[in-house]
Amino acid sequence: MSSPSRSGCRRRRELLAAVLLAAALSACQREDRRFRTWPPAASAIPAVRQSELQPGPTTRDLTVRNEYGDNAWAVSEGKRLYNQFNCSGCHFQGGGGIGPPLMDSQWIYGSQPENIFATIVEGRPNGMPSFRGKLGNDQVWKLVAYVRSMSGLLAKDVASGRNDDMQVRSQEQSTEKARPVQSAVPPASQRP
Amino acid sequence: MSAVLQAVLQFPGAHSALKPAGPQARIAEGLWNSMYATAIVVFLLVMAALLWAAFRRRRAEEPAPDPARERRMRRVVAAAVGITTIVLFTFLVSDISAGRAVTATPGKDAIQIIVTGHQWWWEVQYRDSVPQRWVTTANEIHVPVGRQVAVELRSTDVIHSFWPPNLTGKRDLIPGNENSLWFQADSAGVYRAECAEYCGHEHAKMALLVVAQSPDSFARWLTQQRDTAHTPADSLTSRGQEVFLSSACAMCHSIAGTPAGSRVGPDLTHLAGRATIAAGTLPNTRGNLAGWIVDPQRIKPGARMPPNQLDPADLRALLAYLETLR
Repeated sequence: MSSPSRSGCRRRRELLAAVLLAAALSACQREDRRFRTWPPAASAIPAVRQSELQPGPTTRDLTVRNEYGDNAWAVSEGKRLYNQFNCSGCHFQGGGGIGPPLMDSQWIYGSQPENIFATIVEGRPNGMPSFRGKLGNDQVWKLVAYVRSMSGLLAKDVASGRNDDMQVRSQEQSTEKARPVQSAVPPASQRP
Repeated sequence: MSAVLQAVLQFPGAHSALKPAGPQARIAEGLWNSMYATAIVVFLLVMAALLWAAFRRRRAEEPAPDPARERRMRRVVAAAVGITTIVLFTFLVSDISAGRAVTATPGKDAIQIIVTGHQWWWEVQYRDSVPQRWVTTANEIHVPVGRQVAVELRSTDVIHSFWPPNLTGKRDLIPGNENSLWFQADSAGVYRAECAEYCGHEHAKMALLVVAQSPDSFARWLTQQRDTAHTPADSLTSRGQEVFLSSACAMCHSIAGTPAGSRVGPDLTHLAGRATIAAGTLPNTRGNLAGWIVDPQRIKPGARMPPNQLDPADLRALLAYLETLR
């Protein structure tokens, strides 16, 4: 027969194993393929302020949660759409060229999901086309998730770990997260 | 088109290696029939021997070993092993020669078709020395009866496999590599082909029709496919074209003769002439098309086509326009 202290030790070990197994279960969500869900924010385009000034007390807007921001499958779909819809035509594989780079920490129009959503849907001066009506909102949200993964803003287990094609950049998964910096809007002549 | 639908509905016959419609499928069927007949004979002999061994009369006590009987038994076993070896070798030789006959190089006058596998549909292209005369369609191959068809197989994403059992065996489509096969249809008809290599979520809904028709009607079909799309003649269909070009449709699909030129999804220039939509998933009817445009994820979950929220009047105009694309 085991002594009381040994049985307590065993119980602790069992408890630890149960906790670890439960923790492993939580990882199942990241591959979940939701084909017919509408992210809450998908039907309405989030309103993004054009001005810092507000009437009354200045409040911060509630951030919009991107349903796809913690889903590895959606991020990889975003990666596929990024090339199929020719985002790579201007932003290349994130390093930028004709358009600004997406893999660095500089953000002209904001790094939050709703800012990137607005940038894609509304377009931006001097080159960024407006995709309003040309993309389904769920497709835009997948692109938003992928664009954020390029500069390490998503969890590592969600960001893509490999390319389907030739390797042209380091993996999104191994990109270190850098604090997003809101760069001042450059003069129109310099805007990308 | 109703004849095509009829053929699709006779599904087992239009998708069966036991109803060969071409020389290669006949070779495969002959090989199968010989193996099947041999296996039946072997099975009956083995079962007879087993039953005889199980139910033969036994003596009460074990008899003393008899050298003559032992020799006889050894001879029987050796003969059985010998016959098995001969049968298996015959199979091996007939299998290899059938394989050689099926994969022989096609003749120089074979029609060249490029079939590209996508998740989860087939792109079909008929090339010509003049690029303007190239024909691109989807999920449907038209071939003339009695002429060899050389198919070049490509893939843009994962490994697929092209398998028209009535016409020939299967061959993989491998990304970054060009594979090929050829077949010939000896009698007019509609045969079904499908993807035979698991390729992701909607692998089961990735079918393709092979329409074998007389050389004359094939030539007519090819000439007609070379035309650009029908220009809208009335206000409803021109509104439909506007809807197509200004919505998400034009981001993936192309219609020759309009600014829509994307090659992400199937070419829709002659959509209304095709028998099915969504790679053989549904018959191409107005209602099915409407359901597919509005909520494709209900019909084919995981398909690359996004749901489209369209105003009902716009959807009606779009359907009217798509129906003119013969």
